[in-house]
Amino acid sequence: MKPFRYERASEIASACASAAQPTVKFIAGGTNLVDLMKLQIEAPTQLVDITRLPLNRIEETAEGGLRIGALVTNSAAAVDMRVRRRYPLLAQAILAGASTQLRNKATTGGNLLQRTRCAYFYDTTKPCNKRVPGSGCAALAGLNRMNAVLGVTDDCIAAHPSDMAVAMTALDAVVETVAPDGSTRAIPIDELYRPPGDTPHIETVLTPGELIVSVLLPPPPAGRQVYRKVRDRASYAFALVSVAAILDVDGDRVRAARVAFGGLSYKPWRSTEAEAALVGALATRAAFDAAGIAALRNARGYGHNDFKIPLARRTLRATLTQAAGLS
Amino acid sequence: MNDLLKLRSMATRRGFLQTTGAATLALASPPAVGETAAQTAPLPSEHVRLTINGRHYALDLDPRTTLLDTLREHLALTGSKKGCDQGQCGACTIIVDGQRINSCLALAVMHDGDEITTIEGLAEEGALHPMQAAFVRHDGFQCGYCTPGQICSAVALLSEHQAGWPSYATADVATAPALTDPEIAERMSGNICRCSAYPNIVAAIREVAEGDRQ
Repeated sequence: MKPFRYERASEIASACASAAQPTVKFIAGGTNLVDLMKLQIEAPTQLVDITRLPLNRIEETAEGGLRIGALVTNSAAAVDMRVRRRYPLLAQAILAGASTQLRNKATTGGNLLQRTRCAYFYDTTKPCNKRVPGSGCAALAGLNRMNAVLGVTDDCIAAHPSDMAVAMTALDAVVETVAPDGSTRAIPIDELYRPPGDTPHIETVLTPGELIVSVLLPPPPAGRQVYRKVRDRASYAFALVSVAAILDVDGDRVRAARVAFGGLSYKPWRSTEAEAALVGALATRAAFDAAGIAALRNARGYGHNDFKIPLARRTLRATLTQAAGLS
Repeated sequence: MNDLLKLRSMATRRGFLQTTGAATLALASPPAVGETAAQTAPLPSEHVRLTINGRHYALDLDPRTTLLDTLREHLALTGSKKGCDQGQCGACTIIVDGQRINSCLALAVMHDGDEITTIEGLAEEGALHPMQAAFVRHDGFQCGYCTPGQICSAVALLSEHQAGWPSYATADVATAPALTDPEIAERMSGNICRCSAYPNIVAAIREVAEGDRQ
């Protein structure tokens, strides 16, 4: 690990001001950043410890939603009874990620900003445009079984690893930030992540020193919420494919649907195509299969991850079947 | 290894690299992110106060020092083990302010003022903690390297379960589930045992949980 200066922030404004410098980083749970610093993939000259800032509460909003502070740990969010009753999708997704030890440290804001687990991002002996811009992408012709099939380019096929963010995407969550100049922003979570294009090292629309202070959950939409994760072992592994679905069935027809995938793209992948295919359709296996075909129409495999395309379709069908109460 | 020794060893390694060919260096060097004056500046140490197993400690630490290295290298509390050092194996699990965490991914300076329980702090007046005794009774290990982490994790697991925490194995997350074997397995998935003593680990935890309910 490279040496760094340590600063314990006592207020948001000073924390943002410090972190506006390009080699300064915020740290909260540290479960990803410390790991990357040990490997010298991240080498900040200064860390701004934000864990003592008053951002660790979950509050009701006037609209009937919840505002989750950026420093609320993943455990605290998943065990909150309001989250469990009104947003079971989110509790399930968080509990599907990592281990209890990690969830006890990892925070809401940090989870959103964790880096990819692409093996070539971690392997400093291999080229990686995300780690060293312009060096190339070793995953393209490499062991890319865990990599993305939607929305990526030949410059970077890394997948976003979060489960929590997939559920938040289906829930239309809004990421609230404060910038060093004191200005605030409310960023729909689907717009937080930047497409890799030819600059995959720039992962979000956040500006230097801009701090996530909370995530706003709108009131839960009607319908049954289900999170389903497929992985190489039963627990404590990143998703090959995951699906967050909210299905509102009226009689035997779908009235409304929300679908987001994990493990398939540089961000949690909201599928408006699948949603459009579902709304108004009979809640049947045929409709769920049609939604899967629509969702993956533009998918492209890179060899080892070709299996993700049919797996995503089947996982969507199984998730929707469960959400429709048919299983 | 103390910080000074670590620095010396780093310096030696850097010296070695400089004497090798440029091509080797290009391959061996990590990306040159943040290669700035901070690298050559003296390391500012940070004052850190910790309460560990009921004892108070005041330390001056390089801010890079993890809680795990603080315990093992600075305080000779070597019960917490370094397995992967990247949050994947759970051998370093300790309990901080009542919650289990991977001490290998926690910077000590960020835990100033915190209360820590390690495997060394579980036994009371020479009597094994019930979880330790159950691991012995059920043979919940072979080589034993992961065991301190397993036991700290299991002790915290029972508190979490008593507080009504659900897990991914819980059918309805709005309920507080019974501590079935699948629940125990899911909740212990952050602790890897390469000897695969899992059935006996689950049996030990189940026994202590059932004892708590009686």
